[in-house]
Amino acid sequence: MKPAAANAEPNAALLLGALAAAAVCAFLLSLAVGPVGLGRDLPGEAGALIFREIRLPRAVLGALVGASLGLSGAALQGYLRNPLAEPSLVGVSGGAALGAVLTIHLGWSAALALTLPLGALAGAAVAMLTVVALAGSQGGPVTLILAGLAVSSIATALVSLALNLSQNPFATVEMVFWLMGSLADRSLPQVWLSAPFMLAGIALLLLLGRALDALTLGEDAARSLGIDIGRTRLLVVAGTALSVGAATAVTGIIGFVGLIVPHALRPLAGHRPGLLLPASMLGGAIMLLLADVALRLLQPWMDLRIGVLTALLGAPFFVWLVLKTRSELAP
Amino acid sequence: MRLEARRLDVDLKGRPVLAGVDFAAQPAEVTAIIGPNGAGKSTLLRALAGLLLPTGGTVLADGRRLGEWERGALARALAYLPQERTVHWALTARAVVALGRLPHQPPGAGASAADTQAIDAALAAMDVVHLATRPVLEMSGGERARVLVARALAQEPSVLLADEPAAGLDPAHQLALFAHFARLAGAGRTVVVALHDLSLAARFCHRIVLMHGGRVVATGTPQDVLTAQHLAAVYRIDARYATLDGVPIVLPVGLLP
Repeated sequence: MKPAAANAEPNAALLLGALAAAAVCAFLLSLAVGPVGLGRDLPGEAGALIFREIRLPRAVLGALVGASLGLSGAALQGYLRNPLAEPSLVGVSGGAALGAVLTIHLGWSAALALTLPLGALAGAAVAMLTVVALAGSQGGPVTLILAGLAVSSIATALVSLALNLSQNPFATVEMVFWLMGSLADRSLPQVWLSAPFMLAGIALLLLLGRALDALTLGEDAARSLGIDIGRTRLLVVAGTALSVGAATAVTGIIGFVGLIVPHALRPLAGHRPGLLLPASMLGGAIMLLLADVALRLLQPWMDLRIGVLTALLGAPFFVWLVLKTRSELAP
Repeated sequence: MRLEARRLDVDLKGRPVLAGVDFAAQPAEVTAIIGPNGAGKSTLLRALAGLLLPTGGTVLADGRRLGEWERGALARALAYLPQERTVHWALTARAVVALGRLPHQPPGAGASAADTQAIDAALAAMDVVHLATRPVLEMSGGERARVLVARALAQEPSVLLADEPAAGLDPAHQLALFAHFARLAGAGRTVVVALHDLSLAARFCHRIVLMHGGRVVATGTPQDVLTAQHLAAVYRIDARYATLDGVPIVLPVGLLP
């Protein structure tokens, strides 16, 4: 009897190959689309300058940040065995936001632009260490979520405090805009600063495939299959902190990519959490690059920030997810 | 491979669950662990699998303490089938069974010919070939249970530890399951099964360990252990051990006051 096509095992090479090709196309599209048509309107030196200083950093950041968000979302969902998990759950985004807002509040970023991403990175690192210390070394997924929520709440409270106490309206506007997330006007030095951290985090998260596959059967069965749960947890936390922390440090908060992308790709990956990791990495890059291209096309009419767009798209998706989960859990 | 526990004490959340348990499972034998709910069967199996840290005593696999085993080598030698049958994602039965091959695959390697063969054999042994492409979450409880047994079989371990694998299976598949355990023992494997069906234990298991209140009450052949006195003392039941057409059966006829 031939199996139904929908239930056949996914062809991993085909899936990842198609996603990689789509990611390359999205990257090239991101390089090509903008208010000025390069080569046609602006040949020569000026065009090359725009390409090097504006388009390239923006496309590279879009790809790396999207990959970080998609991959860490898939890793967290797999580790926590919960389809509603998201990178911001472990407190890293909140910590990065607090670090960034503090550098603006204290006026450091006005003095030296690079202190902002550095402050955000430091905030992400502190948040991660606090979460790990709170959750304990032996705690399960639930303690990790609770510790992440606790740290996120503290970070949010302190961000509100900084906004509240801000004397300088320009600083306030800068903080609010930073919290919305954007890929625009990022410089190459900012890319060079954050890229190694994002790449390191991505590398750590990609090591998780076997462990997440085994965790499908629960923690005991995974351990009996030779999986080191402590190492798995460390890889999840460190990988998410590095990749999402560095991503948030440069772009601000971009939500929902880590939630939507793994969810959309899961059926294509045969629901296998291991295969979902590289798939979500590529899918995240595609989604963020395309969202950014869409923003640039919309720009003549509406100057939207990418974090706002992903939230506008993501929140209804989340509602739909809750309704779907409810109907699945219904007796 | 011989699996042995010596003077095993286990406390869970400060409560003693196992106290001074001596246990041995021999190769080429099916060893049953029986006892009332809460007797400590699952805890003993988890300790034997190296999944919890005993407060006292040791577990030896092939004469070596479990802690001295390299993680991967232990996973290739010993398979553990939990009582809990959760599968967290909508994997197909075949993908679930393939997870049993993880310890045999070097990182980054795909399925080898040996892997494919082991998966096919395990699916066939548990009569789930026809379910191979179906998501496990859509199956009935008994079907899912068989797929999960097949996962442990695909691991091709020297020692198989199975916690109530027969629960929820129809009679035909219960018999087939234990016949397969007997075949594994015949091939020199060590099989340890926790179960509640005393007739299945009497019929298919070479050795029975009777537990009560975290201690081993009796160890021996089915005839030695499944006596009316033991069953009365441990389960508070009036039970008869008999043979019907050469097949041993244990029939609980009533509760004791």
